[in-house]
Amino acid sequence: MIYLRLFWSFLQIGLFSIGGGYAAMPLIQAQVVDGYAWLSLNEFVDLITIAEMTPGPIAVNAATFVGLRIAGFGGAVVATLGCITPSLFLVSLLSYVYRRYKNLRVLQSVLSSLRPAVVALIASAGLTILLKVVFNGQAMAFASIDWVGVGLFAAALTALRRFKWSPILVMSLCGAVGLALGVLTGS
Amino acid sequence: MKKLPEKCRLLAKLFFTMLYISAFTFGGGFVIITFMKRKFVDEFHWIDEQEMLDMTALAQSSPGAIAVNAAILVGWRVAGFAGMAAAVLGTVIPPVAILSVISLGYAAFASNRYVALTLKGMQAGVAAVILDVVWSLGAKELKTKSPIHLFIMAAAFIATFCFGINVIFIILAAGMVGIGLAMGQKKREGPEK
Repeated sequence: MIYLRLFWSFLQIGLFSIGGGYAAMPLIQAQVVDGYAWLSLNEFVDLITIAEMTPGPIAVNAATFVGLRIAGFGGAVVATLGCITPSLFLVSLLSYVYRRYKNLRVLQSVLSSLRPAVVALIASAGLTILLKVVFNGQAMAFASIDWVGVGLFAAALTALRRFKWSPILVMSLCGAVGLALGVLTGS
Repeated sequence: MKKLPEKCRLLAKLFFTMLYISAFTFGGGFVIITFMKRKFVDEFHWIDEQEMLDMTALAQSSPGAIAVNAAILVGWRVAGFAGMAAAVLGTVIPPVAILSVISLGYAAFASNRYVALTLKGMQAGVAAVILDVVWSLGAKELKTKSPIHLFIMAAAFIATFCFGINVIFIILAAGMVGIGLAMGQKKREGPEK
């Protein structure tokens, strides 16, 4: 039963994440955190961090991580299968249609309307993570602002946008600074 | 039809190439497609450049992970159904293996004070990485200056962030708008010759 639920959940993630990579993130959050509460928000943000630091698509990484934690190795396999099943059918079909007609006008029009929606959904998921960092998972109040988190975020965004540092380098440095400050202040 | 041993060798080459690419490419779908092009177009000459470009467009515009989609397309093209299966397995095994190990360790390590401090620092970094991507993608959409697209972007954001409406409904609604626009365009241009 849990296998079926995992499969169905990740099938929806595979089916509706269009545009790759980050597009899967809001869907994973909707299924895994908001829907079934398989992960807490903190665990979800850790998962996204781990997925960024390791090779492989975010959806496949998430499927393995969640599947394994919920139902062991079988769960990991079932969830991963769920998230690639829509691709197996739809991409095979699309490649056939494409080879026959070489005309993707309707598809392209649908995609150009989907793109702004997907950007908005990624923005929303990103803001959820930012709010978690800024307020440390507590209620939004001035007193609960985590200034270390705010400083790290601002420095990281500057490094990425102005200096075009690689995301993996930026995240590793954030981790190192967080660890050093935490040890020094004894928190 | 190729002889059996030759076909097996082709499948093995496809499988191990994808396994290698998948295990060592960080940075998501676009990076992996670049590596696939280098191997399959420039090195093995299995696919020509134009076809690889078309496959990239298809992989990006289909549902699911770009890397898996690209593996499906290349696999079918190179060796039919068996090729597709070999390429997908090669793509999926490395992340499943790596995340399995991490997932097993996570339960034990996340409660460790130093690991928790490091992860917390990294969360600030990951928020910056994601919002940096949003910044770039959003700027690209703003540049289209299409009022419909800007409306979709604003409406989708309000629907999900303020009202918590199911992500799937939002994607379906945006897709519907796209279909409507495509049909309207066709009508205006009249029947095709």
